[in-house]
Amino acid sequence: MRRIDLPLLWLILPLALVLAPHALALPLWISLSWLVFALVSLHSGKKTWPAWLKLLFSLAGVAGVLLQFGTVIGPQGGVALLVFLSGAKLLETRTARDRLGLLFVGCFLLVAYFLTSQSLAMAGYMVIAAGGLIAAMIANTQPKPDLRATLGTTGRLLLQALPLALLLFVLFPRLQGPLWGLPQQSAAQSGLSDRMSPGDFSQLSLSDEIAFRVEFATPPPSPSRLYWRGPVLWDFDGRTWQTRLAVPPNPIRAESVRQPLRYTITLEPHRQRWLFLLGLPRERPPSLPGLRSTLGPDLQWLSNNPLNQRLRYQVEADLDYRLDPDELGATTRVRTLALPDGNPQARALAAQWASQHRDGLAIVNQALSLFRSEAFFYSLKPPLLGENSVDDFLFVSRRGFCEHYASAFVVLMRAAGIPARVVTGYQGGERNPLGDYWIVRQRDAHAWAEVWLPNQGWTHVDPTAAVAPERVERGLDAALPAGERPTGLMTLNANWLMPLRLGWDLINNQWNQWVLGYNQDRQRQFLARLNPFLATWQGMAWGLAAAGGVLLLVLAALAIPRLSGKPADPASRFYARFCRRLRRAGMARGEAEGPADFARRATVLRPDLADSIQRITQLYLGLRYGDLDRADLLELKRLVGRFRC
Amino acid sequence: MKLRALPYLPWRPPRLERGPVQLNARRLYILPTRSGLVFALLLLGLLIGAINYGLSLAYLFTFWFAGTAVVAMLHTQRNLSGLRLAAKTAVPVFAGESARLLLETENPSGLKRFRVGLTHPDGVNEEYDIPAGGKTDLVLNLTVAQRGWHALGRFGIYSTYPLGLFRCWSVLELSDANAMPFGVLIYPKPARDALPLPASTGADPDAPTRLIDGDDFTGLRAYQAGDTPRRIAWKSAARSQHLLTKQFSGQQGSTLHLNWSQTPEKDTEARLSRLTRWVLDAHAANLPFALTLPGRNIGMGVGEAHLRTCLEALARFGKSDATN
Repeated sequence: MRRIDLPLLWLILPLALVLAPHALALPLWISLSWLVFALVSLHSGKKTWPAWLKLLFSLAGVAGVLLQFGTVIGPQGGVALLVFLSGAKLLETRTARDRLGLLFVGCFLLVAYFLTSQSLAMAGYMVIAAGGLIAAMIANTQPKPDLRATLGTTGRLLLQALPLALLLFVLFPRLQGPLWGLPQQSAAQSGLSDRMSPGDFSQLSLSDEIAFRVEFATPPPSPSRLYWRGPVLWDFDGRTWQTRLAVPPNPIRAESVRQPLRYTITLEPHRQRWLFLLGLPRERPPSLPGLRSTLGPDLQWLSNNPLNQRLRYQVEADLDYRLDPDELGATTRVRTLALPDGNPQARALAAQWASQHRDGLAIVNQALSLFRSEAFFYSLKPPLLGENSVDDFLFVSRRGFCEHYASAFVVLMRAAGIPARVVTGYQGGERNPLGDYWIVRQRDAHAWAEVWLPNQGWTHVDPTAAVAPERVERGLDAALPAGERPTGLMTLNANWLMPLRLGWDLINNQWNQWVLGYNQDRQRQFLARLNPFLATWQGMAWGLAAAGGVLLLVLAALAIPRLSGKPADPASRFYARFCRRLRRAGMARGEAEGPADFARRATVLRPDLADSIQRITQLYLGLRYGDLDRADLLELKRLVGRFRC
Repeated sequence: MKLRALPYLPWRPPRLERGPVQLNARRLYILPTRSGLVFALLLLGLLIGAINYGLSLAYLFTFWFAGTAVVAMLHTQRNLSGLRLAAKTAVPVFAGESARLLLETENPSGLKRFRVGLTHPDGVNEEYDIPAGGKTDLVLNLTVAQRGWHALGRFGIYSTYPLGLFRCWSVLELSDANAMPFGVLIYPKPARDALPLPASTGADPDAPTRLIDGDDFTGLRAYQAGDTPRRIAWKSAARSQHLLTKQFSGQQGSTLHLNWSQTPEKDTEARLSRLTRWVLDAHAANLPFALTLPGRNIGMGVGEAHLRTCLEALARFGKSDATN
C-alpha cells in the first residue's frame, strides 16, 4: 500500500467540504472532473505532469464552461470555472505556497456559495467548512501536523475571531444597491404570474413555499378580510386573463373609510415586479427602501425592477376604502366591459339578469346566489374545459378552483354590463403565535373579482367565498373536499409537527430579518436605537475603531498571561499552591531554597503541620525527580487541597 | 520565504548582547507575508462582492476570515514572545566544512511553540517546534571558506505560525559566555597532499630536514578527512568496509618540531594548510610535537587538548586582533 500524500490530503478534504454544496448546482462534468483530478493527484504522488497536458486541461475547462454558460465570469460561469481550475491545479500542487493559494481559492468559493443559498442550515455547514480551511492553513505550515492540536488551534482562532467578525458585521457601513449590474437570474420561481389560466392556482396551492411574512403593528383584521392585493388582470381572451396593455397612469382617485392598519411585509424574492398590499395605502405609493415603484389607478403596486432580494417594507393603510367612487373613465369602462366572442350561454344568462334588475348590486347578488345555491363544488382537480370555457364551467362541470369562479364571475358581470376585473394575490395566511406574525405561502394564492358600482366605486367580490366560505375563513385545507386534502405525516398541518414547524419558521424569520436582511435601513435603525450618533458614517467609523481596538487589546491581554503562565506540570502547580498557602501563613520559600530545606524550616515553625508538610514535599519530590505515578499525583492534589495553615 | 534583508534592519543599532536574551514585544516585529497580502486582496474582493450582491452571509464570513487573520497575527507574535535564547559554543570545523551553530532556545511558558526558525544570509536552516517548558537547540548550518573566528553577526529568529499570513521576527546579535561574538572557529583547511612529517632535529633547528617515512608501524585508526591515500590500510578496509589509516611513528623518543619555515610552500595560507596537515598527522600518529609560528611558540605536547591549542593557533594566525 502506498503512503498517502498527507499534505495533499490536508488540502483536498477541506476543499471537497467547501465544494460539496456547489456540486449540486454545478454541471455534473465539472464536479466529476474535480473528483478525478483529486483522486489522480492523490494517487500519482510527486509525479510531474507535462506542461502541455496541464495547459490542455485548463483550456478544456474554459471551453466547457463557455459552452455551458456562455461566459467565464459572473456568479455562475466564474464559479464553475474556478471549481474546475482548482481541481486541475491539484495536479501541480507541490509547495506550501501552492497549497495556501488553493486554500485561498477555497475561501473565495465558500463565500461565493452564498449567491446560491443563504439558509440557516447552509450557514451552519459553511462554518464547518471554514474551520476545515483554517485547519488546513495551519497544517500547511507544518511537516507533520497533529490533527488534534491543529483542530484545537483552529477552534481557538475562529472563536477568538468571532467577536471581531460580529462587530464588523454590525458596524461596517452597509451600502445600498449593487455596484455594478446584477445579472438577471432566470431560475423559475413558483408564485403568482401576470396571467391567469384555469389550473394555475391549483398548481400553486401545492406549494408550501413562503411568499411573504407580515407583522401587524395594529390589531390585525379577521382572516376573512386578509386579501393581499397583487396583480390586477384586465383583459380576457376567452381562456387567459392578463393585462395586455399597461394601465394608463391616471391619478388614483380613492378615499379611506375606516380601520387604519400598519403592517410590515417581508417579501421573499419572487423575481417579478409586483408588491402586495392590504387596504388603501396612506402614502401612494408607499415608500420602499432603496427601490422606486409606482402605484397604478387600479392599486396595482409595481416596483421598477424585479425583486431579486428579500424586501422588507412598511405600509400604513386603511382596510375599508372606496376606489373611483364617483365616476369611471370612459376608456376604463370600455376595457372593463370588453369580452371576447363565445360563451353564449353565459351571455344569455347575464342578459336575462340585466333585464330583471336595474341595480348592479342585485345582479352581483344574483350571480353569487347562483354559485351558492346551485351544485358548484370547490375542487383542486376540475375537469378540463372546452372552447367556451366559461359556459363549460358554469353549466357543465361546475367544479373548479378560485380562478374558475373569479373568471366566470367577471365574465358574467361584464356580460351584464357591470365593469369588472380580476384581482389576484393571496388570501389569509397562518398566524405564528410564537413570533406574532403571519406567514403567507404560495398555497394561499387566490383570485377574486372587483366590480364597479355607481356611488360605491370598485367593490370587492369573492365568488369563491360563496361556494366555499371555509376557504376565506379557515384556509385552503378546510375548504377542499376530504379526498383532496394533503395527507400524511409531513403535511403542514400535521398536529404533532405544528409547534416544531412554527418554531423553525420563527427562527428562520429572525434569521431573515436580522442576519440576511441586515441592510442599510436595518443597520441605521438598529444602531440608532443604541445611539443616534452610531447611525451615521462617522459614528460607525468611530465605533468600529474604538470597539475593535478594545477587542484586540482584550485578546492580546488574554494571550499574554499564558506566556508567564503556570508551570506545565501538574505536580509543580500543586506544590506552588502549597507554597502560596504557607506564604500566607508567614512562611515564604526563599528564592534559592530547595523544597527539602523549606520543608525542614516550615516544620520547625509549625510542628503541628509537620506530617502533611513532610508528606507533600515527599510526594512532590518523588513526582518531579523520582518515579511516582498518577495515583501519587492524585494524593498530592488531595493533600494540597486539604492543607490549611 | 526567506527574507534575507531582514537581519539588517536599518533602524536597529548594532548591539552585541550577552545571552540569554528573552524575546518580548519590544524586540519583535511583525508584518504580513506575501501570502498575507494576497489574502488581504482576496478579502477585499470578497467584501466588494458582498456589497454588490447584498449578501449578508458573504459579509459575515468575509469579516470572520478577516478577524481570523487578525487573531492569527496575535498568535504569531505569541509564538515567539517569551522565548529565551542563548548562544552555545560551537564545535570548530575546518574551512570548507559545514559548521553547526547552536542556539539554545528555552520556552518557559506552558505553550508549545511551533515552527520557529532562524535566518542568516549565509545559513541554511530548518524550523523547529519547542515543547512547553522545554528547550530545543535551533541549528544554523553555515559553510565558511575562511579560517579564523567566524562571528555569526546579526541573525533573525522568525515564525509564521499559525496561518502563514504574518511573519514575526526579531534581530539579534549575541555573544557567548566569554563575551566573544557568537560564532564558530574555523581551522585552516588541511593540505590535500600528504608530505611526510619533517624529521625531528634535536636541538639543532638548522640541520637538514630528515623526513621520517613511517618505518615503524604502530597501529590502525579510523580514517579522517585529509589522510593521505598512501596510508590507508586497503587490505583491512576491504575486510571491514571501514577505511582505516595506518599509523607509523618515526624514531621513538625523538622530538618533532613543526616549524613555519620548514614548509615547502611559501604562501601564508598554504603554509598554514601544510602545518595543519602535519599537526593532524602527528596527532594521529600519537607523536609529541611542538609548533612554531612567527610570533607564537607552542611547546612540545601530545593529546587532544594540545591538538586543539595548535589548531586554534593556526586558525587565528595573523587574525587575533580582528576577532577579540
